[in-house]
Amino acid sequence: MNDSVREAWRLLPDYLGQHVILSVSALLLGVAVSLPLGIAAARSRRFGTPLLAAVSVIQTIPGLALLALFYPLLLALSALTQDLFGVSIRALGFLPALLALTLYAMLPILRNVVTALDGLDPAILMAAKGVGMTPRQSLFKVELPLAAPLVLAGIRTATVWVVGITTLSTPIGQTSLGNYIFTGLQIENWVFVLFGCVAAAALALTLDLLLAVAGSGLAMRLRGRLIAAGLGVIAVIAAALAPELAHQRPAHQGIVIGAKNFGEQYILSQLMASRLHQAGFSVVEKSDLGSTIAFRALGAGDIDAYVDYSGTLWGNILGRTDMPGRQAMLDQLAAALQKDHGILSLGSLGFENAYIFAMRKERAEALHIKSLADLAAHPDLRIGGDFEIFSRPEWRAVASAYGLGAMKRRQYQPDFLYRAVMSGDADVVSAFSSDGRIARYDLVILEDPKSALPPYDAMLLVGPAHAHDAKFIAALKPLIGSISLTLMQQANLRVDRDQDKQTPATTAAWMDQRLPH
Amino acid sequence: MAHSKKAPGPLIEILELSKAYAGSGTQAVSDFNLSVPEGEFLVLIGPSGSGKTTTLNMVNRLVEPDGGEIRIQGRNVLESDPVMLRRSIGYVFQEAGLFPHMTVAENIAVTPNLLGWDQPRIRTRVHQLLDMVQLEEGAFANRLPLELSGGQRQRVALARALAARPPVLLLDEPFGALDPVTRESVAADVRRIHQRLGLTTLMVTHDMTEALLMADRIAVMRDGRLIQVGTPRELASSPADEFVTQLIENPRRRAHALAEMLNA
Repeated sequence: MNDSVREAWRLLPDYLGQHVILSVSALLLGVAVSLPLGIAAARSRRFGTPLLAAVSVIQTIPGLALLALFYPLLLALSALTQDLFGVSIRALGFLPALLALTLYAMLPILRNVVTALDGLDPAILMAAKGVGMTPRQSLFKVELPLAAPLVLAGIRTATVWVVGITTLSTPIGQTSLGNYIFTGLQIENWVFVLFGCVAAAALALTLDLLLAVAGSGLAMRLRGRLIAAGLGVIAVIAAALAPELAHQRPAHQGIVIGAKNFGEQYILSQLMASRLHQAGFSVVEKSDLGSTIAFRALGAGDIDAYVDYSGTLWGNILGRTDMPGRQAMLDQLAAALQKDHGILSLGSLGFENAYIFAMRKERAEALHIKSLADLAAHPDLRIGGDFEIFSRPEWRAVASAYGLGAMKRRQYQPDFLYRAVMSGDADVVSAFSSDGRIARYDLVILEDPKSALPPYDAMLLVGPAHAHDAKFIAALKPLIGSISLTLMQQANLRVDRDQDKQTPATTAAWMDQRLPH
Repeated sequence: MAHSKKAPGPLIEILELSKAYAGSGTQAVSDFNLSVPEGEFLVLIGPSGSGKTTTLNMVNRLVEPDGGEIRIQGRNVLESDPVMLRRSIGYVFQEAGLFPHMTVAENIAVTPNLLGWDQPRIRTRVHQLLDMVQLEEGAFANRLPLELSGGQRQRVALARALAARPPVLLLDEPFGALDPVTRESVAADVRRIHQRLGLTTLMVTHDMTEALLMADRIAVMRDGRLIQVGTPRELASSPADEFVTQLIENPRRRAHALAEMLNA
């Protein structure tokens, strides 16, 4: 646990800094957009009513979904600008997160601007006109100052929301305090999860408090209090930004190693990062990427290398359902990725992380189930899967090959799958062959006599920018073919186990010593 | 209350003024004709809904007339820029209408600031005005309207209306929210300041006692029409109809009733 806490503190400057930059940018943008829109909405019902309705609808979209939706949107936009102007925009990370969070910030600000302006005493507005103010002077000298306390209250609400929702920008490749939470959830490191929550809450409360002080300064016409609050906000931003600015410059031109959202990926990305670092590269990691987001990010140059699995790419990227055999699949994939995306496959790391289906040993023996084919006789069994499996071609292939379409399905956070099968919540679960917990929990892997499931060789992929970079390739090449399934299972167990849990970084270092250089 | 007769030409001239509010179907003001000589204190009186406030508000174009003409110093106000027009006319609102986020001094300085006066000139003017409305500068300049009594607020509103030295002052039921004692003292101040500055003043009220005590002439309105204009004495001696009689007799009747009750 001490290891986890130390690791959490080490990551704090980077996570907090990026979190603050994103949250504050989204809030500033939200205020800049909402103020004029709110004023226009208060002036014209015909504009204001549909606007407020639209913003309210946006608010009902779950945060994670809204953030995720901006990725394909920007990807399409990027393709368009590439065609039109030869310039592509970064579809991953900061920009989609900024846009989604800005939309979130808008509702409370907009609604309070409209409410405040609507609620002004008509006699005061009449007086403003009567003393000879133009509509513009009336707005800036009378209406906005009088609306300010309520508008500020809206900004405070938006601040708390945005700081909280910023944690959800992690899966679309924007580092934030959410990295603690997503990583912690994946590897069941509750210290990380708690650390992320507390840090985000502390940030939200601090900013809220400072805005409250600014508000009371405004209301009581205490210029000193207003200045103090302003300085406080600037201090928080500066403190969060200082380490970021100090180490962002070199990092910005450096290598970005991607990782999807599970323990093995964290370990392998750390391992790659450490090899590149040893070769003199400046490296940062971008973890917790969604599965296909990682691939697109590699093609777009948002990340420079990551590990993906042959069966995944075969089905999701090439859209193929045929099974040419393990080596043929690797060869065809390498050729297709090179041709269509300019991506270089360095080859298989040496182990497979295949989709498998597993049962508790006693349960399987009691029901005389040894293979997927035996499941068809038990349509009342419950099958648990992660969030993607049931919509993936692999499941369709298995379901149609063995007639499993009617089984009751349940979806779990990947790490809870083992809990589910051990507690009897699910009878069969999807699992990954490199997971150390299969052996630890003594689960039975169901055979696949019809070879419905494709192979899942872990492939090291390099983005177009470094596909011809000899130094880069030389730093990673020794890893190819050198990681055995046993070694990977042991490494995964170190991160996933409940007792004596280790961080991905520590585990990567442990692996590094056992691998050829 | 005799007023000076040195400038007999009309300062404000209202011709065939009319106004109907959209959707109401009834005429708020119609066929309204009135001349107000320079230096006169004219009171517009009538029951609620008689169109007196609408008429007052058309003078500085807070309400746009449908038809007719209003001339101030010979210039048709409907052809001048409404913003500049309002800066050149003082207006005191029913419940003061002070800006709650501004101090007393800031409220008074609003119109001079809009006109771009330099700060020393504005400071001098604020000082003069606070003195004129009998509020001590040290005690009041930096207070907010919420910290003032009703009478003090009305005095500040009067100072604000007069800040840019307008020739015309409009008052819309300025004492409506005040207690009787305060009311009398503020009314006396308004009348005194009107006299001293040589203003031409239009005041709306529904209180005949107030009208009789303050006005040089009284204009009686009902259902959007001007019924009669005259000095208090003229109205009392030859009322145009029963309505005017009722209106003008009312204070006297009440005084009698009071006297009888107190003497009994």
